[in-house]
Amino acid sequence: MFMKIGSDLRPSSIQPDPMCPDVHHVMSISQETSDIYTLKLQPTERREAVRFAPGQFNMLYAFGVGECAISISGDPTVNNVTEHTIRRVGLVTGTLGSVRAGDSIGVRGPFGTPWPMDQARGRDVLLIAGGIGMAPLRPVIMDVLANRENYKELTILSGSRDPEGILFADELLTWKKQPGVDSKVTVDHADSRWNGNVGVVTTLVNRTVKDPKDTIAFVCGPEIMMRYAVTELQKNGLGKDQIYLSLERNMKCAIGLCGHCQFGSEFICRDGPVFRYDRIEFWLNQREL
Amino acid sequence: MTHSRYPELSEHAFFAGLDNAAVAAIQSCARDCHYATGNWIARQGAPADDLYFIQDGRVAVVFPAPQRELTIQTLSAGDIVGWSWLMPPHEWQFDIKAVKDCSMMGIDGRSLRAKCEQDHHLGYALMKRLSRVMVDRLQATRLQLMDVYENRK
Amino acid sequence: MHDADSIVVERQDFAGLFEILRSLGYAVVGPTVKDQAIVYDQLSQVDDLPIGWTDEQEAGHYRLRRRNDAALFGYAVGPHSWKKFLHPPRLRLFQAERSEDGAMVFKQEPVEAPKYAFLGVRSCEAHAIAIQDRVFLEGAVADPTYRERRIGALLIAVNCGFPSSTCFCHSMKTGPGISQNTKVDIELTELLDDEGHRFVFQARSQKGQTIVDRLPARRTTRGDLDAAEALVAEATETMTRELNAEGVRDLLYANLEHPRWDEVADRCLTCANCTMVCPTCFCTTVEDVTDITGDHAERWRRWDSCFTLDFSHMPGGSSRQTSKSRYRQWLTHKLATWHDQFGTSGCVGCGRCISWCPVGIDLTEEIQVMGQSTQGVPSS
Repeated sequence: MFMKIGSDLRPSSIQPDPMCPDVHHVMSISQETSDIYTLKLQPTERREAVRFAPGQFNMLYAFGVGECAISISGDPTVNNVTEHTIRRVGLVTGTLGSVRAGDSIGVRGPFGTPWPMDQARGRDVLLIAGGIGMAPLRPVIMDVLANRENYKELTILSGSRDPEGILFADELLTWKKQPGVDSKVTVDHADSRWNGNVGVVTTLVNRTVKDPKDTIAFVCGPEIMMRYAVTELQKNGLGKDQIYLSLERNMKCAIGLCGHCQFGSEFICRDGPVFRYDRIEFWLNQREL
Repeated sequence: MTHSRYPELSEHAFFAGLDNAAVAAIQSCARDCHYATGNWIARQGAPADDLYFIQDGRVAVVFPAPQRELTIQTLSAGDIVGWSWLMPPHEWQFDIKAVKDCSMMGIDGRSLRAKCEQDHHLGYALMKRLSRVMVDRLQATRLQLMDVYENRK
Repeated sequence: MHDADSIVVERQDFAGLFEILRSLGYAVVGPTVKDQAIVYDQLSQVDDLPIGWTDEQEAGHYRLRRRNDAALFGYAVGPHSWKKFLHPPRLRLFQAERSEDGAMVFKQEPVEAPKYAFLGVRSCEAHAIAIQDRVFLEGAVADPTYRERRIGALLIAVNCGFPSSTCFCHSMKTGPGISQNTKVDIELTELLDDEGHRFVFQARSQKGQTIVDRLPARRTTRGDLDAAEALVAEATETMTRELNAEGVRDLLYANLEHPRWDEVADRCLTCANCTMVCPTCFCTTVEDVTDITGDHAERWRRWDSCFTLDFSHMPGGSSRQTSKSRYRQWLTHKLATWHDQFGTSGCVGCGRCISWCPVGIDLTEEIQVMGQSTQGVPSS
């Protein structure tokens, strides 16, 4: 008989519009570094508990100014509170940075693929972060610490521009003291008052990997840094399927409909932001994508 | 098999694949060195006679700028530092400072240079390993130059 | 193509279609002459159709020409496509109010979904709609506006008898005739020969059947069906442009650094015309506005193009700085990555991007040149 039209669609009842934000209440705003701050948010009206998985992101809306994609940096084991660690880079992130506790902002999400915590179970977990790239990895650390028995060694390698720019510096020291956790920090630029590591974060990878066959690496930072990190990880014996990256592109809708975040065949918002390296290797090596 | 004062030397990744004779030749120029935090290991322009294998602690490669000392990179256990002895004018190109109590194995570069001249097989093997370290170092420095965390506007 | 169930409506009875559609509550939209082009707009009567007009197209060239008959559908395609009705160029997404105490309220936008009857859908365009269906309806999240408008829409497709010189639907297997598995509600063929000016109608859905049943009609003869078939066969014959749709995905993946991209970039003005006229291009951006008090804000969505520098804006700058990278993004998306994303090509061979390119860039030519001087071994 006849072909069905429009894939058997029937008119929908009123559904929540995926493009319309929910109101969130700002619980606190705290300064992390000179240009990075953290917002702690709580939904004001929402029926079910807001949960997220490490690596996912929200779209944050500054009233009348615009929206931007920000990864969730808080504790995944706590419901209904989301933290976002944000760098002031433009109008929206600048405006969000001037909110005060008690203010409201709009939130859509959570969106995107999480870090594969199931793949990390029973293995050494190696995190490599560059700059603000530490933000989406913080929930991984919290998850590992909350479920310590599920994972072997946790190693955190963190790179920043200079000593003042080290994100979560105090927490990195606290985490390092936990059993089975090591963290190494390095900066690209320092004068002789700094007696920590100087050099790009990828130089820390050497001699960090102990059991390459049983290690999983999660990497987040500037794209160039991630490419170098992948090279170092491979030199140290990790396979392409043991390396996961979190990528970034311009996003407008976060639901795979606006076309902005395309990265070759992938939509970063829908298929990512977390990708296994071998899935995006071809595209990562193309220029101006 | 030669008895060695530095058994760890042959286990160092740098020496992987070298024959026993070569390892022994290098070991014969080796000595232990210790530098406390804040001490200078080398100063720019001074005669460069040493290659160091860092066993513990951390050293900084420092560029002595007029107003302040810029740390270019730090090196720690497992790293090697010092290759100015290889090429004329055999002078240190940077300052080297212990930023964390440092134990190192120092190799007398002048003796090693002489051995390499006599034994080109050894010289080539050593040069191949050193150039790999140099290339890695150069790549890292290039990435550092890109200032990837800075906002380009 | 039509079968024995089809019927014939004479030209003088064609107006009956408008009456039936109106009685069913449809807003009829279809081709009409405006601003020296055949565009899609609301129609109130048969006379609004481009009677006796055709279009002459070449790379960077579009002109209306008088036909020497009074055909209603005697043209190829114009600058518009049906996406302007299903995927509106501008759409308010929500309104937000901020009270004195800083509290914020969002007002969800009700979905506005007029019930459209699209009259004169070409086969290539029906394929374009099916492609946008995949984009907007078959992913994890459906677009509410597209969804409601698409459900209500009635597709009255017309077999194409007069492809323009920029058309290559035959290569893309999307036309010029409407195949059995193309999703439309009614298929019709306009015949203008010694037997008279008439239309072969064929219901292709239940919805279409109820309309076809009400038309004043006679049964088709063997002659009507043969004439309809001949029209499409001739149309296929006249198409000169070609694109190797089979191998193009791999060809592009193997040639992302082909020198030809630089050569195209020298000509491309990054004006975005091709993306605006393309019936499958779906990208949008958003704009935020506030009123003068600053307490009322709105968010609007509008069509966007990957040819703008702002499209790939990131904190450190746009990821596609050069026009080369933006043209490459567009063409590679259309012909290659679209397959990976949606299981289909993003091109239907309608030729609009060729005709409406101010400098006459022709994607079929670009692909041909790359195919002749491939830089790498095409691999999947």
